[in-house]
Amino acid sequence: MSIEVSKISKQFGSFKALDDVSLVFPSGELVALLGPSGCGKTTLLRIIAGLEKADSGKILFNGEDASTRHARERQVGFVFQHYALFRHLSVFENIAFGLRVRPRATRPGEVEIRRKVHELLDLVQLDWLADHYPAQLSGGQRQRIALARALAVEPQVLLLDEPFGALDAKVRKDLRRWLRRLHDELHITSIFVTHDQEEALEVADSVVLMNRGQVEQIGAPHEVYDHPASPFVYGFLGSVNLFHGRVQGDHLQVDEHVLALDQHTLSFDTQAVAYARPHEVDVVRPGPGITGIPVVIRRILAFGAAVRLELEREGAEGSENAAAPIEAEIGRERLRELALVEGDQILIQPRGARVFPVNLADNDRAGLVKEAV
Amino acid sequence: MTAAVALHIASPTRSASTDEPVVVRWLLIALALSFLTLFLFVPLATVFYEALRKGVGVYFNALQEEDALSAIRLTLIAAAISVPANLVFGVAAAWAIAKFEFRGKSLLITLIDLPFAVSPVISGLIYVLLFGAQGWFGPWLQAHDIRIIFAVPGIVLATTFVTFPFVARELIPLMQAQGSDDEEAAVILGASGWQTLWRVTLPNVKWGLLYGVILCNARAMGEFGAVSVVSGHIRGMTNTMPLHVEILYNEYNFAAAFAVASVLALLALVTLAAKTFVEWHFGHENRTNIQEQET
Repeated sequence: MSIEVSKISKQFGSFKALDDVSLVFPSGELVALLGPSGCGKTTLLRIIAGLEKADSGKILFNGEDASTRHARERQVGFVFQHYALFRHLSVFENIAFGLRVRPRATRPGEVEIRRKVHELLDLVQLDWLADHYPAQLSGGQRQRIALARALAVEPQVLLLDEPFGALDAKVRKDLRRWLRRLHDELHITSIFVTHDQEEALEVADSVVLMNRGQVEQIGAPHEVYDHPASPFVYGFLGSVNLFHGRVQGDHLQVDEHVLALDQHTLSFDTQAVAYARPHEVDVVRPGPGITGIPVVIRRILAFGAAVRLELEREGAEGSENAAAPIEAEIGRERLRELALVEGDQILIQPRGARVFPVNLADNDRAGLVKEAV
Repeated sequence: MTAAVALHIASPTRSASTDEPVVVRWLLIALALSFLTLFLFVPLATVFYEALRKGVGVYFNALQEEDALSAIRLTLIAAAISVPANLVFGVAAAWAIAKFEFRGKSLLITLIDLPFAVSPVISGLIYVLLFGAQGWFGPWLQAHDIRIIFAVPGIVLATTFVTFPFVARELIPLMQAQGSDDEEAAVILGASGWQTLWRVTLPNVKWGLLYGVILCNARAMGEFGAVSVVSGHIRGMTNTMPLHVEILYNEYNFAAAFAVASVLALLALVTLAAKTFVEWHFGHENRTNIQEQET
């Protein structure tokens, strides 16, 4: 079932949680709503579920207006961050709950309920826990039971609110993969809310980035990661380096140095900020005819597949770039080749940096993961 | 009441840094124990001693006397009406306060506390002023031959008023702490409001509810002040057990007075036992809930 969100606004007191949001969730896809806390992603999910009422706008299920339908009639499955399992009921009864509360006319018989619950327990691979109580389960097991319970009513849509938020890192990773596999098996339209960019990029078919009650960008994981549409998205999806300067055609004048830019539409001499990810920053030894921005190596983090360099601008005193730490990521061979040690003076050459006007960049600084200025 | 709730939640772990020297610890325990002995245990023992001093025969005669039986019956009637009434009211009020946002919420919470804040005698007087012969509704009630003051309805009303906060006060913090995730989950799974109440909300608060009911019942049976004002002390008609004890005592009928008092004291002991049992279960459940949240 496809879901369409049309011009939804929602206000809590003086706080605008959602500001005229319109979105389409195609049938059968697994979509992530990604953003910092307070961006309105959970509110949007709850409005789709019918747990919250929008101030204005419509929710369409398969093109049909569902805004006035009560939550219990929307046929959605909802998974809560803190599981919300019924603690006084066994795992079996938790999953059977949605079947048992049906009106007598449509309620399945005991045999049918038994069959259905065991089928779902098999699906989440926890059949042996049927007689346990929620308090006896681990966090990961609880969330899988919560998912089985949500699926018991054969929902048209599955909504997950930070489903892995309360779990530790290892379990979270396992469950992520498991959710992806489960979705590939069931093909039910699913939306999950998360503030973890890695989770969103790894699991979802497409990612909706939200900030301050508005949608910033929609796209496949590689699209939003490689081509961020705004400074906010740049900062939110992974770490990024910022360079303040003036646009001069195909390059940016950063203090007395130049920085090559990706394609852009900004006019000459615009005050702007260039964004480059650590792996897009090349480092070279200074020499005659070699241009770049001079930096000093503060730390070399040489664990993992790539080597990370923590750098500091040199000779930029008084410039707005002075305080900005810079991070570069290079291969191990490159490190050996250049024989870099901490304290070395080198040049950096960001490749294909994307540039945004300075006012746009300033607006979204609040959402940036890495404060650069 | 809030202190009781805090006690259930208090963690059982103690750190070495807050441990006092053994002497201080024993001194504090001894102090508390001697205080308890002097002010609680000795009076309690006296009640039973005095009640049984003239023999078991006198004791049971005093309890089987017409007026005593009538007082016991009236006490049971008052409790049997006011406890269920406050159970329903308490659940409704706690539900409204914990699960919804609305204007005047803090006013409602204050109003629930009112019976705790005012002296029971004042509570009784309010009903006399409202329903008494000279009260606001007095003439109308008289014209329709309805008796409230100096009759059973007045006693039930006064008891209900005084025991008003027990269940609600116990449930509000519990329901607030639990949030409404469970209810939302139930509704999304298709449960109606009624099904949600019976299958999710009430099972979640059952121990707290029972605890509130036990306290409410103890107070309903033991209430003196408010009931005294509206009762009129008509023997065999409008005397509850506490009032009956007072009358017997004032008549120097000590053995009978203490016999009836011993029944009330027994009731208190049963309440204590029930309360301890519920607290133990309640605390157990709370601990598993806290673990649940931590994992």
